[in-house]
Amino acid sequence: MLIEFFFKLREYRLKTSITEWLDLVNALDHDVVHADIEGFYFLARTVLVKDENQYDKFDKAFADYFKGVQSINLFDKEIPEDWLRSEMEKFLSDEEKKKIEALGGLDKLMETLQERLKEQEKRHQGGSKWIGTGGTSPFGANGHNPEGVRIGQDKNRNFSAVKVWDKRQFKNLSSDVEIGTRNIKVALRRLRKFARTGASEELDIKDTISSTARNAGYLDLKMAPERHNAIKLLLFFDVGGSMDAHIKRCEELFSAVHTEFKHIEFFYFHNCIYEGVWKDNQRRGQQTMDVYQIIHKYGTDYKAIFVGDATMGPYEITYPGGSVEHWNEETGAVWMERLLNHFEHAVWLNPQPKPYWHYHASLQIMQELMKNRMYPLTVDGLTESIKTLLKKA
Amino acid sequence: MGFTGTKNYIASKELQLAVNAAITLEKPLLIKGEPGTGKTMLAEELSASLGADLLQWHIKSTTKAQQGLYEYDAVSRLRDSQLGDARVHNIGNYIVKGKLWQAFTAEKRPVLLIDEIDKADIEFPNDLLLELDKMEFFVYETQERIVAKQRPIVIITSNNEKELPDAFLRRCFFHYIQFPEREEMTQILDVHFPNIKKDLLEKALTSFFQIRDVGGIKKKPSTSELIDWLKLLVADDIPASVLQDNDAKNALPPLYGALLKNEQDIHLFEKLMFMARR
Repeated sequence: MLIEFFFKLREYRLKTSITEWLDLVNALDHDVVHADIEGFYFLARTVLVKDENQYDKFDKAFADYFKGVQSINLFDKEIPEDWLRSEMEKFLSDEEKKKIEALGGLDKLMETLQERLKEQEKRHQGGSKWIGTGGTSPFGANGHNPEGVRIGQDKNRNFSAVKVWDKRQFKNLSSDVEIGTRNIKVALRRLRKFARTGASEELDIKDTISSTARNAGYLDLKMAPERHNAIKLLLFFDVGGSMDAHIKRCEELFSAVHTEFKHIEFFYFHNCIYEGVWKDNQRRGQQTMDVYQIIHKYGTDYKAIFVGDATMGPYEITYPGGSVEHWNEETGAVWMERLLNHFEHAVWLNPQPKPYWHYHASLQIMQELMKNRMYPLTVDGLTESIKTLLKKA
Repeated sequence: MGFTGTKNYIASKELQLAVNAAITLEKPLLIKGEPGTGKTMLAEELSASLGADLLQWHIKSTTKAQQGLYEYDAVSRLRDSQLGDARVHNIGNYIVKGKLWQAFTAEKRPVLLIDEIDKADIEFPNDLLLELDKMEFFVYETQERIVAKQRPIVIITSNNEKELPDAFLRRCFFHYIQFPEREEMTQILDVHFPNIKKDLLEKALTSFFQIRDVGGIKKKPSTSELIDWLKLLVADDIPASVLQDNDAKNALPPLYGALLKNEQDIHLFEKLMFMARR
């Protein structure tokens, strides 16, 4: 039975390994939890999931799998009705029994329940709960209706447990959501990965001293790889206009990369890149920087990241004079090509959610110019773009 | 049997289960969560409730995995050799035991806290893989193998500053301490302030959760900050009515410095309160 659960988790792309699986089985073997589905849920989560970003996936997989288990029809013919009835009567007080009589007796109640169950099964296919919780219906897990049939949850707490994973309270930690205040740390960790590449040899003074000491005073030189940040970055931020809606996320990205890289330069542009960009957004009128100058100043080892929503009139990219702010002799596409020819490692991060991309013609054009290296500004998109940046051209 | 929290520490059911699973199966338990949710305290309280010794290994950015095992004090050996000290012939005299070694050779099963593992270098967890898995290591200088007498209870905390390698995570159990709900928070405060005035507690909790709910705050106040704040409120004998006074000229709650630790946050909160009053 648990093998299926394992594969269900894998199906939901949880990175659960066999050793962790064996740990869980071992834990069950040691009776860490016993016949308690909520306990099992927490135990399985503790043993199998090692990142709170994955909790939501786990909740979904768990609900999916246990929906199957829980909808085993308790009221099927296989369960002797007499047994069920005696079990039920244990839960009922005399007063409650009287009320049941008032409703036409237990038989009637059970019948109605069974019918309603069937109905509900039909209507709620794929839903994770059998019967509504709460409410005034006599049939429900949390209902306080005295006539209510409480389906044995006092013993195994199935229903309250379902709520734990059905709540999906870790939803906002899932990594495909957009970068938020909380997720910026996660993004930062991704960026750190590419700060660690690149190495050279240098004298390891500390190791040399201790080796020399070890060597009874005879000099023993030690070399070590230098751990410096070899990545050089150019960031081009789209500002103003439609980007105002995304300003917070861009700020967060900005602050994240800013602390992470030593060789980093920021430039601003509006909508599309033309002959000039600017370094200080306050003085964009006076202090523009020639794009040619950027190409000459920064070597091809610099990697370029463009951040913008790329939503504008298509003519702003494809026509001379298309810019909304000034007269451009050459088209934005030409300038983009120039930059991309020089900086082979380049990506475009788009704060627009990906499903909306195909609504904008300009975005398609830009995507083509970028040779499909446009990624959504989400944690996942950032990871993807980092991979692309690190690829050998 | 098992850990159920202590009189100073309220542990949620999930946390109890995670701790007990880790104790039973002798696996390290990795604890993550917002700062101030009692990650480090867990180890302290766990050792207290089990009556076990607590060994704390606080990790810094410069900590190396080797330091947890042992260190070879080559420099004092060099000095001793110059002075002709007889001790110099036995290399074992210059091996300084690390926390892991101490934990492995302890008489009684201890609790080992590896605090803030994410502060260390990115390779740090990988360097501890075998040691935490097999609970043994080899001392090259003296050619001896140190094997744990019994596997210590290992609690590892992380603040999420660096991602931990998968191979390391596979060997741990994991629990994410969630920020407590209001009811749990009341329990926690009952433990810390048994004699606090009921209405003050109510009002304080309300303003606390209000502050936490304000969007855009950079560092949300945590449990430990709430406790500090309440301590101040009690010490200054501030009446509950002050907290309730929403349309007072002073928009910020008294002694807000204990809750909001960032001037931008204070500024933002002030602005929001001002807007709310209009």
